[in-house]
Amino acid sequence: MANLQFDLVSPERRLAQLQATEVQIPGADGDMTAMADHAPTITTLRPGILTVVHGGGSDAYVVSGGFAEITATGVSVLAEQALPRDEVTQEVYDQMVEDAKTAYGRAQETFKNEPGPVDDAAKLLSDMVAIGGHIGLTAKN
Amino acid sequence: MPSLKDLKNRIETVKSTRKITKAMQMVAAAKLRRAQDAAEASRPYTERFNAVMGGLAASVGGSDSAPKLLSGTGSDQVQLLIVMTAERGLCGGFNGNIAKLAKAHAQKLLADGKTVKIITVGKKGRDAMKRDLGDHFVGHVDLTEVKRVGYADAQGIAKDILGRFDAEEFDVATIFFARFENVVTQHPTAQQIIPAKFEQEDDAEATLYDYEPSEEEILADLLPRGVATAIFSALLENAASEQGARMSAMDNATRNAGEMIDKLTIQYNRSRQAVITNELIEIISGAEAL
Repeated sequence: MANLQFDLVSPERRLAQLQATEVQIPGADGDMTAMADHAPTITTLRPGILTVVHGGGSDAYVVSGGFAEITATGVSVLAEQALPRDEVTQEVYDQMVEDAKTAYGRAQETFKNEPGPVDDAAKLLSDMVAIGGHIGLTAKN
Repeated sequence: MPSLKDLKNRIETVKSTRKITKAMQMVAAAKLRRAQDAAEASRPYTERFNAVMGGLAASVGGSDSAPKLLSGTGSDQVQLLIVMTAERGLCGGFNGNIAKLAKAHAQKLLADGKTVKIITVGKKGRDAMKRDLGDHFVGHVDLTEVKRVGYADAQGIAKDILGRFDAEEFDVATIFFARFENVVTQHPTAQQIIPAKFEQEDDAEATLYDYEPSEEEILADLLPRGVATAIFSALLENAASEQGARMSAMDNATRNAGEMIDKLTIQYNRSRQAVITNELIEIISGAEAL
């Protein structure tokens, strides 16, 4: 099976650089799986789980926003914040949910009459809670 | 002519000064390595980001619907200068050089009849510019408590700036920082971040991308991030430059202190010898007189 070059970078470090067979991306408009010879696409990410399948198995990363550039030969994911799945402990996850909640609260206050930003923040929060379901952690209420 | 005791004290003082500058130099060297690593780690992100943005900007930039962050407000009357310096001194000309560049830039804009607003990041730059341009300050970001600059710090600054942009407080924003070349050289640099400018790679073959969601939406989402990214990489460059500048400044100071100790020691030994000779002459002439 043809391989594609996978890069995962966040502003603070490079998390992964390897040959992968497929990459599952939590796109803003829905999940997608990129394999070799995918049509060139640029998509924004929603917070979610990004899975890379390669020769030696698969790796999962928790990403929160950013964007991905897909070409026929490779996938570059530029995540705002990204952590290997194993590094996301209950503690880290709680913090992430907490941040999303604060952002939601702030959006509700500042944009009382504009639904846009409030909806975005609400979606961010629900995405965060959904991540917990995927990795077996629960969000505190 | 200082007495022997004075000289001895002076030598002790300079010696302890040398110890301090030596320690500072070594601390700066260790911090420099960390700062350089951080700057290097952020480079892949910045490069990819700018490449994607370059392509996007080229395809959307020309149209009327282009976001203001890219196309500008159509005016350049109100200029915002973001001057990034260190929180601490004792790093040679580092803070002074950035402040000097920003000052020259501000003076030129003022001479052209523009309105200048200044946001300072880092205490030292604020102090350096207060006297001449204190009236133009509109904000200050304090990073004293921050040990290692993270992306969150850059995001905070970017949010502040974008908020001001949305409130139409300025038309053009420029950041000032020192680009790290090597330990001895750091270049004070001015970089315009709003409206955003991306370098185009002419020879790169333009790939036609599918955009999901639409091109405009992605651009609107990414441009604010571009501001944060530019600020983040400037902060990292600055951190590395500061430590580099401090390292070479402290190296010089240590060397100067060493030279001074040698000079003082010679002076001390000569005076001591003079005292001994004097005493001998007194004894001998006393013996002869008998």
